[in-house]
Amino acid sequence: MTTPTATSAPAAAAALHDCRDAFVEALIAAADADPRVVAVVNDSVGSSKLAPFAKKFGDRLVNVGIAEQDMVGVGAGLANGGKIPFVSAASCFLTARAMEQIKVDAAYSQHHMVLCGMSPGMAYGELGPTHHSIEDMAWMRVIPGLTVISPSDPAETAQAVRWAAQHDGPVFLRISRMGVPDVNPPDYEFVPGRAVTLREGTDVTVIAHGTAVTRALAGADQLAEQGISAAVLSMPTVKPLDVDAVVAAARSTKGLITVEEGLTSGLGGAVAEVVVQHQPVPMRMLGLPDVFAPTGSAGWLMDHFGISADGVVGAARELLGR
Amino acid sequence: MTVEDQTVEEDTVPDVHPEELPPQGSFKVLGRVAPGASREEAVGHVAEAARLVRRRDIEMVAAAGLGHIGGEYSVIDVLTTLYVHALDLEVGGLGDPERDRLVLSKGHAAAALYTTLAVTGHLPVDDLDTFMQPLSQLNGHPARTKIAAVEASTGPLGHGLPIAVGTALAAKIDGSSRRTFVITGDGELQEGSNWEALMTAGNHDLANLCLVVDRNRLQQGAQVADTNDLDPLDDKLRAFGMEVVELDGHDHGALIDAFAAVPAASGKPTAIIAHTHKGHPISFMTDEVAWHHKVPTQEQVAAALSELEAS
Repeated sequence: MTTPTATSAPAAAAALHDCRDAFVEALIAAADADPRVVAVVNDSVGSSKLAPFAKKFGDRLVNVGIAEQDMVGVGAGLANGGKIPFVSAASCFLTARAMEQIKVDAAYSQHHMVLCGMSPGMAYGELGPTHHSIEDMAWMRVIPGLTVISPSDPAETAQAVRWAAQHDGPVFLRISRMGVPDVNPPDYEFVPGRAVTLREGTDVTVIAHGTAVTRALAGADQLAEQGISAAVLSMPTVKPLDVDAVVAAARSTKGLITVEEGLTSGLGGAVAEVVVQHQPVPMRMLGLPDVFAPTGSAGWLMDHFGISADGVVGAARELLGR
Repeated sequence: MTVEDQTVEEDTVPDVHPEELPPQGSFKVLGRVAPGASREEAVGHVAEAARLVRRRDIEMVAAAGLGHIGGEYSVIDVLTTLYVHALDLEVGGLGDPERDRLVLSKGHAAAALYTTLAVTGHLPVDDLDTFMQPLSQLNGHPARTKIAAVEASTGPLGHGLPIAVGTALAAKIDGSSRRTFVITGDGELQEGSNWEALMTAGNHDLANLCLVVDRNRLQQGAQVADTNDLDPLDDKLRAFGMEVVELDGHDHGALIDAFAAVPAASGKPTAIIAHTHKGHPISFMTDEVAWHHKVPTQEQVAAALSELEAS
């Protein structure tokens, strides 16, 4: 577990960022640094915000069209041919349509390739459950040998891209489009497999990844006003999970709350698996239960399912009986 | 229909005792055809390699009590011609980024691949004894993380062709002359991912790519034509931008010539429809659908070995 020096919560009016911008900027930097870096897309240059990459590295961008199985297989072949492919597509199509290619061609084959699940969770809220990707973290985290990362802000996104470009193995990188503030301090360093303590606390620990980290912090702020001390643990690497950090949180506080934009079988399930084996404590899981979401904006859906400050507060009070 | 009536013969595993089988005979590391060899010498070398591979293959399947002998015997001539002669791939040169690639998409023919790799010297012969044994590196389907010479982990069908398109694209990006060969079954082409990949190959003018379809016309349960027909396969492949070649997939000379013609002068990717027979050339296996994954009895192994000896 790493503890940054600064732990202040983002101000309410903090500027919001689309992490895809940090993603493409970091990818261009990685491609500048290493000629092996290429991108593979399924007509997703626009939705992955890869236009600047395409402009600069047109000969290093393979667009297979609307063909996700081909896209991931081609990525694996490019890796066989000595390239470092960033396979970038809407997470709902990448993970669902090409699941077997991700399992066999990427993970089982242990290729150095980066599967970039763009606009995951309920980013395409209004488009309905066909375009939601609430299942991706649950699906990806059960595949052996696949590292699963969900950055919470632009700095973490950029560092995760840089790390994945150098890590000789398959990575699933979940890149959100919902506006998020900078939640990590300026001197933040992403360490794969390490949780980040964004807020110290003694009553309850809130664990979150991706877009939910901002909301976990806001919930901790509200709890503080109510006299409840909530720690906030950001978990950018959902696999391999920082088991030590989870166990330490289970020991140092009275219960754990997981928060995520997606099914609770993602981070929630992963944390629960650790807790029940090593340090049983009460848990609450905020996210989607076993349902498809209705239509609505991403923000509205997050609030609707309690993936919110209010949701965190309610879960903490219920868990603590206060 | 009773439960007994539903029992399928090919799912039973005969009691075979490898130690009681005829001696393994002349299996040996033949190596690759020497540079400068004549076509006639190359054909003879490949034929001997294919015979050795078929011998060892059936022994491995019998010993393991599992395998896919029919589709292995149909593809062995293609496999051996590639590894023994066509591929620009030196033994010991597996880490050479400029090597030609071969992706065996029909991964269920794993025993044929392993045996071919052993006959050329890419895999220790003794490893073949471990085929499908606990903790063996020789899985029932090949894994690239376990055997250096395996370019792609395959088994689920429809994976190899997209991967091969990727390796060919990598070569094109590099401006390299290295070639990629990929072998699919014919039933396998029912998987839509192949046609996604063929579109990509055609649209990117991947002349450095050669698809070989092991056209044995049988899939696991029935004839391809009676399942979800592929014909007219040649026209379909042409429509996707392929340079189509049809040949007898058991004719080593024809295979040598076709592989030497890659990349095609037209600048298109090559698709070789290799007309083959499942179980070839064993009299009681040829074109019999049951031999997709039927395991031979002790007597059948002996009979097959003597037919191979006489061939």
